[in-house]
Amino acid sequence: MAHDSLYAAPPSAADTEREAGRLAGLRGALGSWDAAIVAALVVAVVLAGLSVPNFATGRNAQFLLLDLVPLALLALPMTLIVITGEIDLSVASMVGLGSTLMGQLWLSSGLSLELICVLVVLLGAAFGAVNGLFVTGFGLPSLAVTIGTLALYRGLSFVVLGDQAVADFPASWTAAAVQTIPGTSIPAAVVPVLLLALVFGVVLHATPAGRALYAMGNNDEAATFAGVSVARTKFWLFVVSGAVCGLAGVFWTLRYASARGDNATGLELTVVTAVLLGGVSIFGGRGGLLGVVAGVLLLGVLRNALQLADVDANALTIVTGTLLIVSVVLPNAVADVRARLHRRRQRAHLTAS
Amino acid sequence: MSPGAPGADSAPLLELDGVTKSFGAVAALRGVHLALHPGEAHALVGENGAGKSTLVKTLAGAHAPDAGRMTLDGRPLQLRGPADARAAGIAVIYQEPTLFPDLSVAENIFMGRQPLRGLRRIDTRAMNRDAERLFERLGVRIDPARPARGLSIADQQLVEIAKALSFDARILVMDEPTAALSGVEVERLFGVARSLCERGAAVLFISHRFDEVFDLCQRITVLRDGAWVSSDRAADLTVDEVVRRMVGREVSSLYPKQDAPLRDTLLEVRGLSRAGVFSDVSFSVRGGEIVALAGLVGAGRSEVARAVFGVDRYDAGEVRVAGRALPPGNPGRAIAAGMALVPEDRRQQGLVMELSVERNATLARRRALSRLGLLLGGAERAEARRWTRRLQVKASRLAAPVATLSGGNQQKVVLAKWLATEPRILIIDEPTRGIDVGTKAEVHRLLSELAGEGLAILMISSELPEVLGMADRVLVMHEGRVVRELPRAEADETSVMYAATGQGAIS
Repeated sequence: MAHDSLYAAPPSAADTEREAGRLAGLRGALGSWDAAIVAALVVAVVLAGLSVPNFATGRNAQFLLLDLVPLALLALPMTLIVITGEIDLSVASMVGLGSTLMGQLWLSSGLSLELICVLVVLLGAAFGAVNGLFVTGFGLPSLAVTIGTLALYRGLSFVVLGDQAVADFPASWTAAAVQTIPGTSIPAAVVPVLLLALVFGVVLHATPAGRALYAMGNNDEAATFAGVSVARTKFWLFVVSGAVCGLAGVFWTLRYASARGDNATGLELTVVTAVLLGGVSIFGGRGGLLGVVAGVLLLGVLRNALQLADVDANALTIVTGTLLIVSVVLPNAVADVRARLHRRRQRAHLTAS
Repeated sequence: MSPGAPGADSAPLLELDGVTKSFGAVAALRGVHLALHPGEAHALVGENGAGKSTLVKTLAGAHAPDAGRMTLDGRPLQLRGPADARAAGIAVIYQEPTLFPDLSVAENIFMGRQPLRGLRRIDTRAMNRDAERLFERLGVRIDPARPARGLSIADQQLVEIAKALSFDARILVMDEPTAALSGVEVERLFGVARSLCERGAAVLFISHRFDEVFDLCQRITVLRDGAWVSSDRAADLTVDEVVRRMVGREVSSLYPKQDAPLRDTLLEVRGLSRAGVFSDVSFSVRGGEIVALAGLVGAGRSEVARAVFGVDRYDAGEVRVAGRALPPGNPGRAIAAGMALVPEDRRQQGLVMELSVERNATLARRRALSRLGLLLGGAERAEARRWTRRLQVKASRLAAPVATLSGGNQQKVVLAKWLATEPRILIIDEPTRGIDVGTKAEVHRLLSELAGEGLAILMISSELPEVLGMADRVLVMHEGRVVRELPRAEADETSVMYAATGQGAIS
């Protein structure tokens, strides 16, 4: 063999080959994953429209989308973080803490509401920076760090407001949060979310930084050798995640006209589910924002339809949990089966030749 | 000269005959003979890549040979895994001990075979007592109850040896055990090895240090390119003769470095040190020049390259690019200054195997390819196409994952990735490891061409012919220091090998 021919078995042999098969399988599975999620979304909407009373009404569409706003917001930075191979489980607690801080500031600081909103976003960024510092500065696993801050920030949000609720926000603000685009039943709040999704999508898919995220999610050592500042990038992702949580906290408070310590409790589970359902690999390095948007919508439609059909809240949690596991297991199972078929074909090929 | 024949005065304990092992297209062992006699220490020497490690792993049961016979006490031996090797009385001590840091010394020794008392509870007291007895036999004092973490490398190796003793190992294989040891520790280790021999065990000792080889061993086997070269009594050999046999091959004409006019100094490294890894490394590389960093595995060559490029930090010294100091620990800045590093481990450091050929080829240049901050697929594809054409990368599609390419083509993608950054300084670590002969020649021609274009090239290579064929100057490293600088005219196999094995001062 004078030259490596095109698909010649590479010198490092069997495992390269196997890995290649596995990767090709995974790629195929995920290439169609986006399409599958969009198809599932269409099916879910049609089925719900036909079988669930009141689903296909303008008023329901408005509430469905309003409910989705915080979920969609949090899913954006979460997508980027999971692609780098990390995770941020403290998002819901940061929303809660942002909400109570907003309530407390409104109650006692005398600052204008505009300024308070900006402050809450900045404070969110600071909470995110704490996560980022522990993960990148001290090299701790983000899973452990953000489970810790999940509890910490939730606890702090009860320190800020106790079990009291602040509800006396100006009616003009709380009305604005749920206002629809004139002539439609689409909430106006959807527009900034879509703009933000566009920004995140462009960053992820069409900038040098986006390429770096995929590289470090697959192999952070190779990314470092290619001049990517892995730690710094991850740190800023956690900061952005915190800031977006602050923003979601502001929206949550106004939308429900209530700042309470338990706001958004458990939302992190739904966010992670939506992201994984959208085709992002929990192992990092794979997935896209379009899939995640579809995943968010699918999850929202399912939950909304089940709620309308009077399925109780515990069952909803079961559905979310099941979807989470399915979206972790399914791509891997598909890749596994494909890799096995690939190997079998190869073996057949070898014995034949 | 038949294998193991010279003066074999007893029947061999373990004998390998015609053992062959290939990984894909690469033959790591080709018909190797080895006969270990009871009561004898046997040295296995050879250059990097001669097949020593593969042989050790075969004895450890980690690799099954493709062909050939192994016999123990004259009976055929088949090792299906490390457990079989252990049952056959073969114990292997690696250069890097593989202890469980959080378990106690005694637990490490008796892992999986802990003495039990009622209700299947581990009898810690008995275990510690047994460990103590083993250490007494070795003549060392290590507390069996202390955790393995924090033990010196020497003590860790002694624990491994105690483990081997506890199996009643009859064959002790030591793979470069002395690399991290001081003189006193080496003496103690040898004392233990000798006493094992006196009890009728056989020792296989792998080392690059000839003084130790001749000190400990009665017989020496030389491997070269995976093939058996010779087995002789140590008394019948000299260091010169062993070195000659290790490297004794023609420098092929595959390595055509053209003379290029030397330009200004582009890379200057002064007094670079990192505690315990390398110290006081100074050199410079001029445009148009290929400087080779030669030395044995573990001499600190790759570590120097990583520190120069900024992947690792260093404690002292400085790196200058075209006269300007480069801030330490920042590969991004090094790239911006015109430096490129083709790393040693292609699969782990050079490429993101899951990503496509084009993404990999443009990863280091992603910033320069973007317009108004946006990086679109078209720009990457055009750039990737340009470089994969120049390097004749054979890939079905540029969008195919790089893992689907053969090793040689993967290496070309790594080269493409770094050449795309249009570097002034190219550091290339093992440029042709694991790729076939034809692609090797292409890579060498390319390096020569690049030097002709005025690049400063620092090449790290464990293949002597490559070093001798390509380099204008050879820097030889030994145990973290540059011990020798040889201009092209003075560099030959013997001078480089002597310096690399630490014999430079004597010769």
